[in-house]
Amino acid sequence: MRFTWFNLMPWPYLPDDFREKNRSVWVDIPNTLYDPKKGHFVYHQYMDQLEYAETLGFDGIGCNEHHQNGYGLMPSPNLIAAGLARRTSRAAICVIGNSIAGYNPPIRVAEEFAMLDVISGGRLVAGFPVGTPMDTNFCYGQIPALTRDKYGEAHDLIMKAWAEDEPFAFDGKYNQLRWVNCWPKPIQKPHPPIYIPGGGSIETWDFCLDHDYNYSYLSFYGYLRGKSLLEGYWERVAKRGKDDSPYRAAFAQIICVADTDAQAEELYAEHCLYFFNRCLHVFPPFADPPGYRTVNTIKYGALSQLRMEAQRIMQGLTWKQLVEERFIIAGSPETVRQKLEECITGLRIGHLFCLLHTGNMPDWKTRHSTKLFAEKVMPHLRHLWPEWKHDDRWWIHPMEERLRPEETRPGAEKPGQEWR
Amino acid sequence: MKALTVETRKGARCRVLEAGSGMPVVFLHGAGGLLAENPFLDRLAARYHVFAPELPGYGESTGEELLEDMLDFTLHGWDVVAALGLTRPHLVGHSMGGMIAAEMAAVAPNDLDRLVLVDAAGLWIEEHPIPDIFALLPGQLVELLFQDPDRGQTLLTGGVDFSDMEAFKTFYLGQQRRLAMAGKILFPIPNRRVSKRLYRVTAKTLVLWGQADRLIVPAYAERWARLIPGATVQTIPDAGHMLPYEQPQAFVDALVRFLG
Repeated sequence: MRFTWFNLMPWPYLPDDFREKNRSVWVDIPNTLYDPKKGHFVYHQYMDQLEYAETLGFDGIGCNEHHQNGYGLMPSPNLIAAGLARRTSRAAICVIGNSIAGYNPPIRVAEEFAMLDVISGGRLVAGFPVGTPMDTNFCYGQIPALTRDKYGEAHDLIMKAWAEDEPFAFDGKYNQLRWVNCWPKPIQKPHPPIYIPGGGSIETWDFCLDHDYNYSYLSFYGYLRGKSLLEGYWERVAKRGKDDSPYRAAFAQIICVADTDAQAEELYAEHCLYFFNRCLHVFPPFADPPGYRTVNTIKYGALSQLRMEAQRIMQGLTWKQLVEERFIIAGSPETVRQKLEECITGLRIGHLFCLLHTGNMPDWKTRHSTKLFAEKVMPHLRHLWPEWKHDDRWWIHPMEERLRPEETRPGAEKPGQEWR
Repeated sequence: MKALTVETRKGARCRVLEAGSGMPVVFLHGAGGLLAENPFLDRLAARYHVFAPELPGYGESTGEELLEDMLDFTLHGWDVVAALGLTRPHLVGHSMGGMIAAEMAAVAPNDLDRLVLVDAAGLWIEEHPIPDIFALLPGQLVELLFQDPDRGQTLLTGGVDFSDMEAFKTFYLGQQRRLAMAGKILFPIPNRRVSKRLYRVTAKTLVLWGQADRLIVPAYAERWARLIPGATVQTIPDAGHMLPYEQPQAFVDALVRFLG
């Protein structure tokens, strides 16, 4: 079982009346709510936390991409990852990922991911989301009905750019490049592990299975709600005749650990409610532009009504509901261990994205929860999936002999190595 | 009106409402498609041979995967005219249909008789940004489309009772399918640069506008007229963006005056 410490990087200063005064945390959030001087401290705090997680033994540290979003401060996750690559040397750097349908030309992603893989010594996990409609369609202007097609083309271009040893011409519908010649190329061969974060489109399952990529279900609604979707995925895996290695799937979960269950509420309730009440306050039409979801997906899953329904649920949430309905897993180390084991085995996932910072949680609480998790929960869950413990098909393969830049003081001169 | 199905040479299968006799008039619908009742078409059919094709992705028409960009939509328009066996018809385009009709008239100026643009999409004026129809709550759309939203709601839904979950689901899926198609030429900004090509239009052109259009405000009518050589503008009172549905008689009278 593998654990990645993941930070959504929410803006922690949304006002108390944010929900009443604004229709959406995403797309058209008033950008006067952002204060760049406070932002300076926020970025460093969040990146420090990611680095801290590595020292505690998390397998990976991760971030993702969002635009014009009050709960995600990373329009460019690659910048965050570049910082982490210089200050860590063991953990996988999981960029989950770049919404490639919005990059013009997408060869940029092949280049930047290759740079990250090279700088980190082969520690990149490369995520290729189709991108949320908020990001890809409303912020980045891509046509909803063509997004998936454009995504597919961008994917083919990037993978070919990594694989080919000779320059080639790419005559795509959306991208025409006469000279594709990826420079640099990634360390990991044939390519870094690919994770496809899905929100619930059933087409994504087949895409993952066609290419043997990891399917990551990123939802904030917990494993009870995630269960039907992952069951659908595993059925599809079986139907396609693939093995059922749990490492084919990943799941994101908000987790809060304290010494006791009561203390968890005392320490974290306010911050989790901040997240659910303010950070997930999205104007429903932004979540469902016509054409983004195929008719099959709409029929399989929820109507947009249910997205409206989800918004209504958010409104009156209490800590008790969050915990009982398993939106979050919170409590003493033992409580968290039990519930997580149920989540992991129930969903059959080999990879957990641990959301241990939530909403406007201050640094000390984040570290407290993270440390308890690393010391008192994680070791007891490592043993899960013993029959697959050697399955590293969806994990990084770094260089053995690599630099450990975080272990040398920045700017320190080494005797005999001065420039002459 | 009777419904027939034509297949274009590209392979799209389109349902076409047809009625009347005389000079052919092809009516191109807007992003929402034809509604359950289209009384203005019936009235037009008293004088002309009226054809109202439904785009792929609308109603029973299929082949939406064949159309991806503005040129595809434009040529599809001419493919349908050819499949119907028409020569030099009048083209009347409403909203998104106006955008398509204007493009058709620009690429093949000799293949039509007269052109009527009704509250047409296709231009962008920075001082008058058009509301984002892809980011609206259901009630908000009706407010933008009709001068009288209450009546508009009934017209738009064909009186479907949305408390009936199945009826709602059917309507919702249809709407998603229609607007997915429309998004290919309207998202994120309904401007595919027809303004660069309008100098080619030689057809006599009428720009017809609902005075109370809140979606594409009447300033756009003036802009169309400025860009199309010799075009004239007429505004109709007590009508919003859905002018043909809100004021069918005034709409038909204006067409008859112009088309003869």
